[in-house]
Formats: sequence, structure tokens, C-alpha cells
Amino acid sequence: MNYVVQRLLTFPLILLGVSVLVFISIRLVPGDAITAMLGTEAGLLTPAQRAALAAYFGIDQPVWAQYLRWLTGLFQGDLGISSIYGKPVLTVILERFPLTLQLALMSMVIALSIGVPLGVFAATRNEKPSDLVVRILAMLGQSTPSFVIGVLIIYVLSVFFGVVPAMGTFTPLTVDPLASIGQLIFPAVTLGFAFAASVTRISRSAMLDVLSDDYIRTARSKGASQRSVVWRHALPNALIPVVTLSGVEFGYLLGGAVIVEQIFALPGLGRLVLDAITQRDYALVQGTVLFIAFNFLLVNLLVDLAYVALDPRIRIGGR
Amino acid sequence: MSKLFRAFLRHPSGRIGLAIISLYLIAALLGTLGLTPRDPLKLFAIDRLKPPSANYWFGTDLLGRDTFSRLMVGIKQSMIIAFSSVALATLFGTIIGLLAAWWGTLWDGILMRIMDVLLAFPAILLALLIIAIVGPGTATSVVAIAIVYTPIFARVVRGPALSLKQRDFVDAARTFGSSQPYILSRHLLLNLVAPLAVQVTLALAWALLTEAGLSFLGLGTQPPTPSLGLMLAESKNLMTQAPWLMIFPALTIMLGILGFNLTGDALRDILDPRTQRREA
Amino acid sequence: MTPLLSVRDLRVGFGRNPAANEVVKGVSFDLAPGETLAIVGESGSGKSVTALSVNRLVDFGGGRITNGSILLQRSDGSTLDVAKADEKVLRTIRGRDVGMIFQEPMTSLNPVHTVGAQIEEAFRLNRGLHGADAERAALEVLERVRIPDAKSRLAYYPHQLSGGMRQRVMIAMALASSPRLLIADEPTTALDVTVQAQIMALLAELRAETGMSMIFITHDIGLVAGIADRIMVMQHGLAVEQNTTDAVLDNPQHDYTKHLLNAVPHFTSGKAVRADGERAATSEPIIKVDDLVVRFPVKKGLFKPKGAIHAVDGVSFDLMPGETLAIVGESGSGKSTTARAILGLVEKHRGAIAAKAGRSRRPIQMVFQDPFASLNPRLNVEALMAEPAIANGQKLDDALRDRMRFLLDRVGLPADVLNRYPHQFSGGQRQRLCIARVLMLNPDVVVLDEAVSALDVSVQARVLDLLVDLQREFSLAYLFISHDMAVVERIAHRIAVMYAGQIVEIGEARSVLADPQHSYTRRLISAVPAVERRRQHFAVDATQVPSLVRPAGYEPPPANWREAGRDHRVRIEETK
Repeated sequence: MNYVVQRLLTFPLILLGVSVLVFISIRLVPGDAITAMLGTEAGLLTPAQRAALAAYFGIDQPVWAQYLRWLTGLFQGDLGISSIYGKPVLTVILERFPLTLQLALMSMVIALSIGVPLGVFAATRNEKPSDLVVRILAMLGQSTPSFVIGVLIIYVLSVFFGVVPAMGTFTPLTVDPLASIGQLIFPAVTLGFAFAASVTRISRSAMLDVLSDDYIRTARSKGASQRSVVWRHALPNALIPVVTLSGVEFGYLLGGAVIVEQIFALPGLGRLVLDAITQRDYALVQGTVLFIAFNFLLVNLLVDLAYVALDPRIRIGGR
Repeated sequence: MSKLFRAFLRHPSGRIGLAIISLYLIAALLGTLGLTPRDPLKLFAIDRLKPPSANYWFGTDLLGRDTFSRLMVGIKQSMIIAFSSVALATLFGTIIGLLAAWWGTLWDGILMRIMDVLLAFPAILLALLIIAIVGPGTATSVVAIAIVYTPIFARVVRGPALSLKQRDFVDAARTFGSSQPYILSRHLLLNLVAPLAVQVTLALAWALLTEAGLSFLGLGTQPPTPSLGLMLAESKNLMTQAPWLMIFPALTIMLGILGFNLTGDALRDILDPRTQRREA
Repeated sequence: MTPLLSVRDLRVGFGRNPAANEVVKGVSFDLAPGETLAIVGESGSGKSVTALSVNRLVDFGGGRITNGSILLQRSDGSTLDVAKADEKVLRTIRGRDVGMIFQEPMTSLNPVHTVGAQIEEAFRLNRGLHGADAERAALEVLERVRIPDAKSRLAYYPHQLSGGMRQRVMIAMALASSPRLLIADEPTTALDVTVQAQIMALLAELRAETGMSMIFITHDIGLVAGIADRIMVMQHGLAVEQNTTDAVLDNPQHDYTKHLLNAVPHFTSGKAVRADGERAATSEPIIKVDDLVVRFPVKKGLFKPKGAIHAVDGVSFDLMPGETLAIVGESGSGKSTTARAILGLVEKHRGAIAAKAGRSRRPIQMVFQDPFASLNPRLNVEALMAEPAIANGQKLDDALRDRMRFLLDRVGLPADVLNRYPHQFSGGQRQRLCIARVLMLNPDVVVLDEAVSALDVSVQARVLDLLVDLQREFSLAYLFISHDMAVVERIAHRIAVMYAGQIVEIGEARSVLADPQHSYTRRLISAVPAVERRRQHFAVDATQVPSLVRPAGYEPPPANWREAGRDHRVRIEETK
């Protein structure tokens, strides 16, 4: 259980590092904070008003005090006020998050349900033509950026089918599940494409490694069938790299697919970050970036804990 | 070296990958020297949205600029950003990973936790954050992509470095009294060249992808300098009238990434001791 | 009597063109029911490939049978040509007619399934047993292979068991279907010698119980004397000699068999020790180790107290100039840790290591076990040989190159190898290179940590001879770390026996080997296989090495010694 304890202890440590990084990077923005917060309107302020504002936001205090104040706010769910929306940052984020979460989940389902079987299939037919076809497809998939796929999908749909995918709207899953899934299916395919390619490649190579292990030969010496060798003896041992990759990819997708959300005009977390950056809404930038990094770390923590379920060597420890 | 090259030419994906990379490097070189068929920035107002022809191989855009010439300059732009950012990431990542592995315990913990912090941000997001601070541009893209990939190189180096540190030949060197710089350079770094070469090639593919993504969002190379991502983004509204404006940049981006991915795969096959043993 | 197995002109090849790339080049043999055939050969002789062809597992390693027949008598009385059968039929003979155990018990069990589940699978596949029936059968067979506390072990994962226990599990699995033929592919090579004796005893007893036939593959011709009825000797893919065990061992016909029997060190209980090197009482030791203690801390959990592995616990000895002290012991005995502590590669917890000022700044040098791992693969011979000299302030000049050529010549390597890389040498040549390299600094003491263990048996003998010659020429003292009693007998002047981090017996080599006093030394020596010990009855025991993890603050009780002769001391054992 040492392993779990260690993971649980480093999690808050890294999170703290992330918060410091986010805090400092926003302080590095050139120009004074008031101008940064209010934009051009700051020019209309009198020096007294400026000083009052600085005192109100605590900007007149030393940096570490500002950080502590900000950190205390974080613990109370206070990420500041978004200047674009005039609402608390956390509220804005939570409005956008369901779409991003659903999109990430759909992409992962697509990627795993295609990638794992394909990778396993290719590994059992190592160096045969069917393996080669899978490898070429996976290589092409991995080399095609999501925005190229997205633009191509829109092009094919509009030119050949005369359909324009639903853009800019999102019905929550709870309101109308079918419509909700339908609206996200093309973005999910766009994201799932490269994801599936990576899953295929890593499943194939992990299976190839495992299939040459000694215990596979043992299973065969007992008279186990090919199916049992592949699914019962090999796959459980090959899952760790697949779970690692899927966790990392899923964690990143939870950060919002900035580009794909942009292409399909989806109001998700990625678009929110982009808008916040282009419109210089620093409270919002800070809040969303922190939220995204937190999600990523959380997913990775869960992946680390999943190893415990997958591998008895981690679960029980050595002799 | 010539042995490696010959092994490359025998490897099917190595052959294709190398051919693509060579083609792109030539295009980038010609683009740098200004040896494009037409001036990529010059407007030919009468030749707006011309489809591909003998005159304009890949057609022209809304302002009558030659797509082929613009792609060449775009490739140059992508290559400069990809190569310089990966070079920086390799340098810093290798140093950090090597020292973390060599010093061990406390320093290893500190350095790698810092890397973990950087890895907690999706690549595009980290790049966006940096762009938010210093504003978009070529130099920003280089720095942003370098920072994104430094922790990956640190990890790639640290793992094998840790196991090399345990190897008998390092212990042997210690019993001779060899100096630390000698052990680090000859016993560790020299044996890390193979995994690093693979990683550099694959990182070049990712860097191309990230760079194209940033410029697709309008946050990379700024107009009027042509960039592959921006050309694709601008084509979106014209795709039914002028599909060539979309297809050629899309293919150019894909093929470039594919070239580096194929080369990286081939390198891994050739340099991986496991596959070598299988052949022996 | 019709043979159980009849192999005729078997040829097996690998790769794209198997006919051109043959590893087995026409092997024929018969095996009668209940008979044990040993196939003996060095690495690359084709012995394992021959055995793997009998159940066609060779197919999954990339091999193809290109010619010949393998007629197997099945349990229902029919005869099957395994060489031509298809995969579906082969699956029914694997496990059911032919069981198999492998060399590496550490990697041959699936890490994600419990021991019980893996044994039950064998019962399910071959006997159709399910659920509670399979579990009962698994428990029964675990008890048959003498696993203590078998019931609770069913729920263990492989990594929780020791190597010997895992090999017992493998045997239990192979026995699940009561096969008529058991193939054992070097089943004890990866195990310690006392554990090897336990496994050999178990196999002999199970064979008597079940009446099964056995094909036993090994590189150790001494080991087969105890178990085989017939011996087949293989070299370069050919069976060069096959006959009854007595005929092969007492009256070998083929040169290679004679070579294996004569050139390879065999253990003779002290009859073959060196005659030179009488210990001069007056000289001063070159190394004096006093109460050496090495501990590795283990974290047990966040709040539990820390303990430590007591790897070396109070070891003392002297090494005189020009003499060989062998430290023998099994894995975990602390012998290698002792060596590494003397070189400063691990930190000592306590104790003194005093080295007399020697001929150079670094009078103690070390040769490692694995010649593949101890040479940096990216450096050529010149750079490798130069490293010790450069580390001590010399320059890579012609004088240094002359010394390299001189030493390479002394270890029997041609002088023109300076531009070659390690992968261009064989294992034996690499170890010679390692030896030449440590001589660059003109040391007084060379620590040889299992330095010949990774080499093929016939190469071992030649490297041992070289070591003896070099010792005389350069007046070197050796600290020779080994688990192999036969090798130690050939090179040691004095022997220290280590067990669980402590020396239990130390003294003059002949005295220790011929008249062992400590119970562990006796057990160790009786476990060593020897050509003279034919069809012996191994006593079945399951003694386990004690855990070396001790709670914080634990100190071992003080050692008491008794003299067992001139220069022969034994640790007094506690009576329980």
C-alpha cells in the first residue's frame, strides 16, 4: 500500500506547484494589474481610484501575501470574477464543463472500442498483411491533426451530403440524451480518430511484448487455446500501458479540445480558455487553467490507483 | 553511421519517412532563399481564387496569392519552429533528466516534481498560457513548444539513465575512480543517444502538430507571413468554392507529421536492442 | 516394448528460410515408458529446440520442423506424428500427454493470476474439472509437490513465492493431467544448489510415484548422473552420442563427451584443490576485514517502524598477498554485497576494511559476473582499456597502448582488437577483456564476483586456468566470490562459507571441502551434483532461507567459534 500512500501524498504537492505556476504566470503579464483587469477603461481612472482598487484587490501587498490570499479564496471556491461575463469564474466554468466532459467521454469510448480490439488483432497477426494494414491506418491516424480531420469532416458532410453539422448549440445530456449525443458525435469522432490510432499502436506493441513472455509459453504448454492465451493470459498483462495512455489522453481532453471546439463552434471549456486569453480576462484564464490542471492530475491519480487493481505486484508488494 | 543509414534504407517506413523529410527540408531551404515559383506575399488581384493550373500549381487564394509558394514558406516557418523548439527541449530535458537520475533522492524528487507540474497542463493550454503572457509570434511559439516538451525529454532520459546508473559498467568505472563528468558523458549520455534520437524525431512530429494547431488558432506565426495552420483555418469559409485552399495545406501538414513519425518508428526498430536481439 | 516417443531424423530451422537456418540437424531417439532421457549440451547445441519440438511449442518461437517424424503414443493407445499434426490436435496433447516445466520459474508463471487459478486452469483444460472440484484437485497436487501450508498458498500471486516454490508450482501444474511424458527444460539452472537438490529429489520421487517418462534438458552433465537412465549428448544441432547413463559417463566414445567430462570442473570433495600457495604465517594481510556490517533500510509503511535487510552481518577475514580466498554461498547470503562493500560500491554500516598500501593508487580491482553488462557497448576496446589509466591521471599514448597489447596478449586475445566493440566478442573473450582491463592499474587484489558463472562450462575451465596463471605471473591475491563448489575447488586456497549474511565456516580449502563441520556447509556440499553420484536417493526437504529483514535496532547474537583443525574455524550453532 506504500505506492498508494505515495501517490496520495504527491497529489496535493503537485497541485500546489501548479497553483504557484498559474499565479506567477499571470503576474508576469506586462503592464500593471489594474490595466490588465479593466483593459482600456483603466485609462479613465484617477490615481486615487487606482490606489483604492489596488487596495481592494490586495495588489498593494507583497506577492506572497497576494498568493496566500488567492489560495485561501481557492479553498472557498472563490476563483474571482470574470470580467467578460461579470459572473464568478467558477460558475462560468461549471456551465461549460458538462459539454467538455461528455465530449471527452465519447471520444474515449470511440477510441477504446476501436483501438484495443484492433491492436490485439494486429499483434496476433504480427508481420502478416492484416497487421500491416492496421499499422498503416494507425500511422496515418496518428499523423493527422484533429483540426485537419475536423475540417475534412465538415467539408465532406457539406459537399457530398449537403449536411451542415449542428454548430454552436449544445443540449445537455439530461435534457435530451439523443440530441445531445448527436450534436457531439462529429466532434467526438474527430477527437477519437487520433486517440484510437494511439490506442491501437500501444495495444499492439504491449501485446507483442507480452506474447513473447515466458508465461504465455507455459499457458500453451498446458493446452490453452489461442483465444484463452490472448484474452485471459496476455491482455491483462498488456493493459497497463493502454490504461496509462488512455488516462493521459482523457485527462488532456478534459482540458477542453481547444481547436475542435473552435472548429465546431462548441461552447466548451477549450473555447472558454481561448476567449479568456484573447479578451485578456485574467481571472478567467487563471481559474480555467487551474481547473483544467486539477482535472488532469485527478484523472492521473485515478489511473495510478487503477494500476493497483490491474497488477497484484503493486497491490500486494514483494516478498 | 553508414551502417545506420543502410539499415534505414532497408526499413520500409524509414525509406518513406526519410524521403518526406528530405523533400520538406528542400522546400524549406528554397523557401528561405526566396526561390519560390512566385512571390508568396504579392497580390495578383486579377487571379483571385484560381483553381490549380500550370500557372498556379496549387491554385490561388482570395487575395490572388500563389498557394504553392505560400506552402513552401509555411513549411520553412514550421520547420524553423519545430527544430528550434525541439532542440531547446532536448537540451534542457536531457540535462534535467540526467542530473535527476545521477544525483538521485532529493534532487530527483524536486526536479521531477517540477516536471510533473509542467506536465499537468495540456500542451496547447500551456502554450496558450505562455502566449497570453508574452503575446503571439514565432519566438513565442518556439519557447512555448520547448517548455511543453522539456518535461517529456526529462522523463525519457531519466528512466534509462537510472537503469544505466545501476549497470555493471558504471560500477566498474567507479572502482577505477573515473570522474563524474567522464561517467556521465561516456557511460550514460553515449548510451542515451539511441533513445534520444527516437524521441527527437517523434517530438519533431508533435512540434509540427502543435505549431500548426497554434497558427490554426491565429496564435502562432502572424500574418502576412504564411503559415500552414493559418492557411487551413482561412480556407474554412471558402471550402465549397475553393477546396484546394483546404486540401493542399491539410495534406502538407499531414505528410510532414507522417514523415517524422515514420522516421521515428524506423529509428526505434533499428536502434531497439530487443528487435536487434530478435534478428540475431 | 513399443516406445512412448520415437523421434526420427528431426530437423528444425528458424527464420524466413528454415531449411537454410537449421538449429537441429537430424536428431533421432526413442524413449520407453517410464524412462528418463537426459539431453546434455551447451548453449546453442539445439537441446531445448529438440525438446520444444516434442509438443511443438517451438512453432511459437519462430521455429519450423522441416523434416523428420515425432511419433507419440497417446494415452488412448493411438499413435500421433506430432511433426505433421495441426494446431487443434496439438492442443489436446499439450498438458494431457506431454507436460512441461521451464528454466525460469520467476517469469514462467502469469503475474496477474493467483497460483491457485493457474493450477485450476490446467485441471479445467485437461480433466474438465470446474469450481470446487478443480480447487480440491489443485490443493491436492500442491501438497504432492511438498509446498508447506498449501491451502493458503492457492491464493498467492507468483511474486509472493520464492524461486524454488514457483518451480514447485510449475511442476504441480504440469502434473495436473498426469501426463505420460514430462519435459523439463533446465528446470534447476536458475535455482540455488540446495534448492536444486530439493527439486531434483521431488522430480525423482514423482517419477517413481507416477511411472511417467521424462526428458531432462541440462548443460550440467554432473546433474544428470543422479536422475537419468539414458543420456544423449548434443553439439551444434547433432546428437553426437547416446547410450545408457553408465556407458556415457564411464566409457565416453565421442571427443565432445570426453571434453565435457574431463575439461569441465566437477566437484570432488576437496580432492582437486590447488597444491600451491601455502599460507605464510609471517606475512601481513593485504586486506583485513573486521566486523563488516551492511544494511539496506526498508520502509514498511508510512507509520510502521523502519526495518533493515541485514545483508552482511559481522563478517571478518584476512586476505594474504598472492592467495585466493573464495567466498561461497547461495543467493542472499551476502557474498556479493561483501565484495561490493570492499570496493566501496555499497556503503558499510559499520566495521573496518583495511587495505595495505599497494603497487598503485587503487590496489583493489573487480571483475563482474556478467561480461555483457560490465563493458559499455558504445566504447571500443581501446577506450575500455584506457579508462582505468585515464581515471588515474595517465594519458592515452603509445606507451599505454603497448601495455594494452601486452595485457591482451597475456589473457589470450589478439593485439589487433583495439578497434573492436564488445558485441564482436564471445562471452569468454569479453571476460578475458575485463580481466585484462583490471590489470591495467597493476593491482594487488582482484575481486572476482561470480566471474566465470555466466560462461559456458567448457569456457569456464579455460578462464579458470588463465586466472591461476595470471595470479602467479602478477602475484595477485584473489577474492573469489562464487556459488559453484566445483569451480571454487579448482581455484581457492582458502574458503569462507557464507549463509544469511554471516560467515559460518572458514579455513583451508581442502579441510573445508573434505571435512565440512557446519550443518549448512554439509547441506551445501551434499547438494552439489557429481558424476559419481548415480541414481541416488535425494532426501526430500523444503528448508527455506530465513528472512533477512530485521526490525530496527535488531543486533545478531555474538558469534562463537571453535577450531576444527589447523586454519579451519566453524561458527558454533545455536541448539534449539
